[in-house]
Amino acid sequence: MSLWSRIANVVRGERLNREIDEELEAHIAEAIAQGRDPGEARRALGSALRHREGSRDVRLVSWLESLRSDAVFGWRQLNKTKVTSAAAILSLALAIGACTSAFRLIDALLLRPLPVANPERLYDLSRQGIGPEGKPQTFDGWAYPDFQLMRAAVKDQAELFAVSYAEPVDLTYKSDEEIEKAYLQYVSGSMFPTLGLRPALGRVFTENDDVKPGGHPYAVISHDYWTHRFGQDPKVIGRTFRMGNEIYEIVGVAEESFTGTTPGTMIDIFVPTMMHPGVTHKDWTWHRTLAMVKPGAAFEPMRQKLEATSRAFEEERAKGFLGMPQKEIDEFLNQKLVLEPAATGVSDLQSETRRPLAVLGVLVGLVLLIACANVANMMTAQASARAREMAVRVSIGGGRWRLVQLVLVQSAWLALLAVAIGSLFAWWSGPFVVSMINPPDDPARLVLPADWRVLGFGLAVALGVTLLFGLAPALRASAVNPVSALKGGEDPHSKRRLMHVLVAVQVAFCFLVLFVAGLFVTTFQRLSHQPTGFSADRLLVVDTVAKTPQPEAFWEQTAEHLRGVQGVEKVALADAALLGGSSWNNFISVNGAPPNGVLSYMRAVSPGWLEVMKIHLLDGRDLRPGDTHPGAALVNETFAKTYFDGVDPVGKTIDLNMDEGLRLQYEIVGLVGDVRYKSLREPILPQLYVPFRSIDKKGQPGKRGAGILLVRTSGSNPRALAGVLREEIPRARPEFRVSRIRTQLEINQSHTVRERLLATLALFFAIVALLLAGVGLYGVLHYSVLQRRREIGIRIAVGAQAGGVARLVTMDVFAMVLVGAIAGVGLGMLSVRYVESLFYQVRATDLQMLALPALAILVGALLAALRPVIQAVRIDPASMLRAE
Amino acid sequence: MAKTDSLQGSMDLLVLKILSRRPGLHGYAIMSAIQDISGDVLRVEEGSLYPALHRMEEAGWIRAEWVTKETGRRARLYEVTAAGKRQLGVEESRWQAVTLAVNRVLREV
Repeated sequence: MSLWSRIANVVRGERLNREIDEELEAHIAEAIAQGRDPGEARRALGSALRHREGSRDVRLVSWLESLRSDAVFGWRQLNKTKVTSAAAILSLALAIGACTSAFRLIDALLLRPLPVANPERLYDLSRQGIGPEGKPQTFDGWAYPDFQLMRAAVKDQAELFAVSYAEPVDLTYKSDEEIEKAYLQYVSGSMFPTLGLRPALGRVFTENDDVKPGGHPYAVISHDYWTHRFGQDPKVIGRTFRMGNEIYEIVGVAEESFTGTTPGTMIDIFVPTMMHPGVTHKDWTWHRTLAMVKPGAAFEPMRQKLEATSRAFEEERAKGFLGMPQKEIDEFLNQKLVLEPAATGVSDLQSETRRPLAVLGVLVGLVLLIACANVANMMTAQASARAREMAVRVSIGGGRWRLVQLVLVQSAWLALLAVAIGSLFAWWSGPFVVSMINPPDDPARLVLPADWRVLGFGLAVALGVTLLFGLAPALRASAVNPVSALKGGEDPHSKRRLMHVLVAVQVAFCFLVLFVAGLFVTTFQRLSHQPTGFSADRLLVVDTVAKTPQPEAFWEQTAEHLRGVQGVEKVALADAALLGGSSWNNFISVNGAPPNGVLSYMRAVSPGWLEVMKIHLLDGRDLRPGDTHPGAALVNETFAKTYFDGVDPVGKTIDLNMDEGLRLQYEIVGLVGDVRYKSLREPILPQLYVPFRSIDKKGQPGKRGAGILLVRTSGSNPRALAGVLREEIPRARPEFRVSRIRTQLEINQSHTVRERLLATLALFFAIVALLLAGVGLYGVLHYSVLQRRREIGIRIAVGAQAGGVARLVTMDVFAMVLVGAIAGVGLGMLSVRYVESLFYQVRATDLQMLALPALAILVGALLAALRPVIQAVRIDPASMLRAE
Repeated sequence: MAKTDSLQGSMDLLVLKILSRRPGLHGYAIMSAIQDISGDVLRVEEGSLYPALHRMEEAGWIRAEWVTKETGRRARLYEVTAAGKRQLGVEESRWQAVTLAVNRVLREV
């Protein structure tokens, strides 16, 4: 009989019984046909039931049968204590859901291999060295000519291909009225064959698309983009779109599973690297370099060959580094080339969220353990209430293993129900958390599949927690001593000891979660209240583009036109927004001396920009309409400190050292207050503001294809003006289009998105942890009062005061709380150094950081103790003693 | 579960032997055959026959099949499997060894 038919037998128990009965009946009929007496024949066969049992025991896998009955019995037990069970299931479900959700996120972003051929042989090339600010840094950006040399050098050991940093771009399909955003990535044509990717439609790129700079205006779109933008229209092949000055033709759709090599960003459109303007530039580092290492290739020699090739390239280029201190040139050249495994792809989101996600993973794990401890305590309490039942089972011959199984099956019920509810929670919360990772206008997009990996994780968690909270109570229940249990006098302290240990563990974990959450919340608060030096109030940042660069005078006309629009208070122009992510910098030389090696950060701004941004003018004057770049400039206080030792620099002259020996001269006309340039965390940077209006080498006025209009509105909701501005800007100059409108406040907040996410989630887990620990504490106290009510009754009867009773009931447990809290402080101090880099202006040793969680736990413990203590004090000795 | 004493061992041997000669017997016929061939010396206890048959079926030595007889009643007919034939060989040689040993003891003492 196969295993399957045995299992089927269990389910078909009734049918099996009928078959055995029928066979025995046939036997008797045969006997009668042979002339035997029916009564005698039946007696000779013995009772049919006995046969059935004998045969059935053989034919059934009795274990499965017992499992089924335990499952039924366990279900009834859960139903008997509906409220307790529901509370246990819900708290477990919350914890398991959070765990599964965290796993989905971590798996999708950090663990899951790319859906390509041989992801395990994929590596990302980067350089490690000392950065311009003197700190160790790793950078994986490469210049294309360098990449070409490296690709040729190791072509026998690996296939190298280039992928640009993905970015949202403006493109148009029909008329220029309808600008669309899409995530575009420049990739080597060879990427597709190297990764074994096939087209879902049309063709994908090959090496033949890597030949002529500017000569391959083709695009492959992702399956997701094809679905969302074109409704899977097969006629999409051959359609064209315009990006910049180039018309691209869509030649194919990539296979469905492939969404690019940058988890966190799903690429909509791939175009060949040959179409990137930087493809011939030796000083543009604009793409990553990935290597598919061939099987059996010697790794270290290959790495050395790559490093030597790249170093030779940079040495040649460094000959043109004028004005850069020799020490920095050496440090730049001495960088080490490293190959990092990239089986899961490589993206900024991965490197930025690896640590925060790990911390969140640990926090949810702790919450799960706290929930498990609760359920374990509940099961222990129930098991002791069932001690008599267990004793009876043992005395009538129930095996110890059967008892273990009985309790474990009940635990499995709890776990499975909790996993089911938790999965629903994870289903909803996973995408919700992803949507919170990045600023709303640049959302992280992550494939969050629910497949066997997630299912496997869920089942593993269910099994794990079942054993975690079920095994100890199960073993304890099975170890029941029937004689003493039936007499009603087991040692009551043994059970409470386990419970007390669990309370201490819970409190320790709870303290850790609260402590870390407090640090994250404080970090977020400090960072978001960091002064920026300018006012974001009612300020709109209007990204504006033109098909071809337009004279700067046209830009000024547009700004002037907007000043007349209803609801607009002030308007200024700039090359980019402060804190907007775009930065450029230069070395400065004062009085013709060589630069001091500190970079100054630049912004091109129009007259009136200071006023719109509400930046303080400390000395000198604002820029005037006649000022040009180069020519005049404003500097900030940090600039004055860095280059002029704090002396007022107004009226002084500085030079910018450009490539190829070009020097641009500026007179400092104004000194302004410090503002944040690109980050809220870093120290204030020295900054130089040059006029928006520029002149080139021959003295001709400059042109710009993109810039921002900064609009301070008079209404309190700046967003209300967005529609009007989109219409008014082309009306002012038909060459211009609005590509994006943000408020400066959104831009500022985008710098604290991750801190806010960490703070929000950590706070959420902290509340859950506190709640669970409180419920757990209440449960243990309540149980202990129930168990000792006889003793308490006697004590009250002989004159114990309420205070004494309360102390008696709570002392042990509160001692455990104290032990737990102290352990929690220790754990916190040990673990905090792994997450220190995520904090801002907050130290783990701050008294406040330790006091708050301790206070929260104390209050929680007191609240939890309130009811059990009142119960204990109110025990009526007379009725209690009579009941016994 | 089932205890393997010498009696039960001989029951398996007898059933397998009968079925290997005459496949397709039902329980009653197996019992009658053992009685007839042994000249009424060996009597199979009816109460232990069916558990034994089901246990052997479970072990994969014999297989059963329901057939409808001309009387309209269904009967369960048994036959030996390949594994059962191998088991028969084992049981037979074990039986030979045991009887030989018992005979030797009877002669020597």
